[in-house]
Amino acid sequence: MEKKARKNDIVLIAVIIALAAASYFGIRIYQQINTKDPLAVVTIEDVEYGRFPLDEDVTEKIELPDGAYNTLVIKDGRADVTEASCPDGICVNHRAVSRQGETIVCLPNEVVVEIENGEESDVDSVTN
Amino acid sequence: MNTRKIAYLGLLIALAFVFSYVEFLIPVNFGVPGAKLGLANLVIIVALYTLNERDAFLLSVIRIVLVGFTFGSMASMLYSLAGGVLSFAVMVLAKRAKLLALTGVSVLGGVFHNIGQILMAIWVLHTASLVYYLPVLLLAGSLSGIAIGVLGAMVTRRIQKIVTR
Repeated sequence: MEKKARKNDIVLIAVIIALAAASYFGIRIYQQINTKDPLAVVTIEDVEYGRFPLDEDVTEKIELPDGAYNTLVIKDGRADVTEASCPDGICVNHRAVSRQGETIVCLPNEVVVEIENGEESDVDSVTN
Repeated sequence: MNTRKIAYLGLLIALAFVFSYVEFLIPVNFGVPGAKLGLANLVIIVALYTLNERDAFLLSVIRIVLVGFTFGSMASMLYSLAGGVLSFAVMVLAKRAKLLALTGVSVLGGVFHNIGQILMAIWVLHTASLVYYLPVLLLAGSLSGIAIGVLGAMVTRRIQKIVTR
């Protein structure tokens, strides 16, 4: 009786440790599946124009019906507007964005580049 | 309840209280936040094996309330109660099932103490993502359960005769 109980104890401990390991790897896999890749979402006049994953380097010339344009460049995991037809060029001067919720706006063309699923910024929301 | 038993129970409560205080004073760091040896559980499991279930439960609850009022806060008491009650219930069931020795019962107690606390934390904080912490706590619970179980078996063997005399 005593000996059998002792054996059961060891089995129990082994089972718990196996469970801990299994749930650890289960959670790891679950997290990997659920982490979405960061995207740069481009909208023109509130209409979605396209979604560009930040992990692929790409150069997209966003052309508007009236001939105006913005050039979106995605490089090294960051989105930047490098060229534009607008007169003020604020979007061109804006630094490259990669953090969650960051935006580059071109008011004259009504083009907005916004980051989705990006990494959270290091500074808190008040500072943002 | 005879005088001998009252004295013994009082002694155990005082001991559990002091053990909690010692752990509060000198937190042994296992590298995992929130994980601790749970020395007070040693007293609970010894009581479970030398007294009856009702008295051991009383001891567990009194100890948690006392420690909560003295060193903790309302919140820490809530977490302790959730862990303590769940762990005690599981230990009683495991002991009744007679399949495990004292160490196994203690391991289950340690593991379910952590599960109870994390369930309470999920309920209070409304964050189910705390489940991610579970594997670590399972491991920590079984390790401290083994330590307490081995100690508890030694203590129980030695004081059994005195208590039941």
